[in-house]
Amino acid sequence: MNSTTQNLSAQAFATAAETAAISRGYWATVWMRLKRDKVSVACALVLLSLVLMAVFAPLLAPYDPAQGTMLKRLSAIGTTGHWLGTDELGRDMLSRLMYGGQMSLLMGLLPVFIAFLIGTSLGLVAGFFGGWWNTLIMRTTDVFFAFPAVLLAIAISGALGAGFVNAILSLTLVFIPPIARVAESVTTSVRNLDFVDAARASGANSFTIIRVHVLGNVLGPVFIYATSLVSVCMILAAGLSFLGLGVKPPVAEWGLMLNTLRQSIYVQPWISVLPGLMIFITSLCFNLLSDGLRGAMDIKR
Amino acid sequence: MFAFIIRRFLFAIPIALAVAAVCFSLVHLAPGDPLTAVIPADAPAEVVIAIKEAYGMDRPLIVQFGSWIQRAVQGDLGVSVATGRPVMGDIGLALSNTLTLAFASAFIGFSGGILLGALAAFYNGTWVDKVATAVAITGVSIPHYWLGLLLVIIFSVQLDWLPSMGAGPGGSSNWRWDWAHLQHLVLPAVTMCFIPMGIVTRTVRATVSEILNSEFVVALQARGLRASRITLHVAKNAAPTVLSVMGLQFGYLLGGSILVETVFSWPGTGYLLNTAIFQRDIPLLQGIILVLAMFFVALNLLVDVLQTLMDPRIKRG
Repeated sequence: MNSTTQNLSAQAFATAAETAAISRGYWATVWMRLKRDKVSVACALVLLSLVLMAVFAPLLAPYDPAQGTMLKRLSAIGTTGHWLGTDELGRDMLSRLMYGGQMSLLMGLLPVFIAFLIGTSLGLVAGFFGGWWNTLIMRTTDVFFAFPAVLLAIAISGALGAGFVNAILSLTLVFIPPIARVAESVTTSVRNLDFVDAARASGANSFTIIRVHVLGNVLGPVFIYATSLVSVCMILAAGLSFLGLGVKPPVAEWGLMLNTLRQSIYVQPWISVLPGLMIFITSLCFNLLSDGLRGAMDIKR
Repeated sequence: MFAFIIRRFLFAIPIALAVAAVCFSLVHLAPGDPLTAVIPADAPAEVVIAIKEAYGMDRPLIVQFGSWIQRAVQGDLGVSVATGRPVMGDIGLALSNTLTLAFASAFIGFSGGILLGALAAFYNGTWVDKVATAVAITGVSIPHYWLGLLLVIIFSVQLDWLPSMGAGPGGSSNWRWDWAHLQHLVLPAVTMCFIPMGIVTRTVRATVSEILNSEFVVALQARGLRASRITLHVAKNAAPTVLSVMGLQFGYLLGGSILVETVFSWPGTGYLLNTAIFQRDIPLLQGIILVLAMFFVALNLLVDVLQTLMDPRIKRG
């Protein structure tokens, strides 16, 4: 603010300028702290390689994920030519795990991303305008909070029927209320700060205040919260496919692979463990990275 | 305080009604006619109308909702489209099995979580703390249906120690408290306990270490109180927070058991829900979700009330 600067004595101004010179911006600080955290870096690298593996599956995979030979059904891990064995239809497990990453990662990230956009908008409106808007939006989310998340996802998916789009739709619906609730509480606390009053006094309209002054303060905490939901979403999405409510065969998806390989646990138990292990590794990395990010963004620490 | 409790009770009524409305509207989310399961594809028009009348589906939605609620309150959730049996009877049986499983997992998960979390807070930074952190992060990251599968492979397929299917010998669905039935409970209960254990560990650790750092604990130590007395004070202050988390987790155990119940063919509400979904048995689907959601609403209410009774400082608007 202009007036503040003028009130500063020359001495104080010099010190402030000095601090400004060595201190980085907020995001640069967060990035630097995150880079120092070994666990976060390791998790980020694992996730990056999983994403690359999924994206470049058509180039990397040694076999066609949908093509199997019945003669080679359920070969053990370590078989020459099929290092991770084959599934119940003789399809190469390594190739299927690579391709499976495409669907599983997409189903873990997309619902949270859409819910982040919608939930944050709803929370901003409810928190900033308050009153009737707040009552309408927040009481509606209360209703969704009266259902356990898993039950709600399965109920909506079950009613809509199996399929990729329906699964994404039901998961998105499940994650909107919690994100909206966090966005609302942060917005409400920001709305009452002095700089918002100052902006209003200088003639800014609501849209400008939200865009310039509120959004930046709300996005951070909501983003951290949303990243912590990704692992839940991965597990839930794979769970829907595991129940037969997600993608349909013969699409390769980790949850669905876990479901179809479940019948083979007496023949090749360790092959059926692989898709679940992928889900576990991915969700563990997302959780650890989200924790690391939370720590790095907590500037007060 | 009593004003709050009464207000909280009153607040639960519109929530319960709205939850019922969501359950009811699930039918209309479903593509196609909810009666496709019972009406033969080549049925003549008058038969279709007759069936619709029999199920009350020819009346306006709001009337259908009203009569559905009215009957649900009296314990009548309609008749299963697939089996022709009253939905309520099947749900009652399944619910008792799910409750058995949920209580068992809650017992293991909560006691393990409280113990680990408290130890981690008392011995901050030591190996106990690291173990607790690892358990907490694993608990929330592990796909529990996969963990179930893993336990089945290890303890049923490889070692042949424990059964992996059903709630009793010979796939019995009637629970009894004897050794043969308890063996069936072990694997699903252990599988399900990991999520609540992880979350309770994390909560207890955070709450207790915050209390241990507060001034009144230092004052108690300065006055020379024995460690066991101080623990009592810490427990009293941590209880409301931990209780509310445990209440929520218990609700999730009830509602989230579907995947684990499917893995172990446990004859509970989740297993029944799975059947209902794949037979497109809408009355059964609605009924199960309504009953589970009402349990969850009641549980939230109970937790809030208990919390207020335990900690009178909590004043809510």
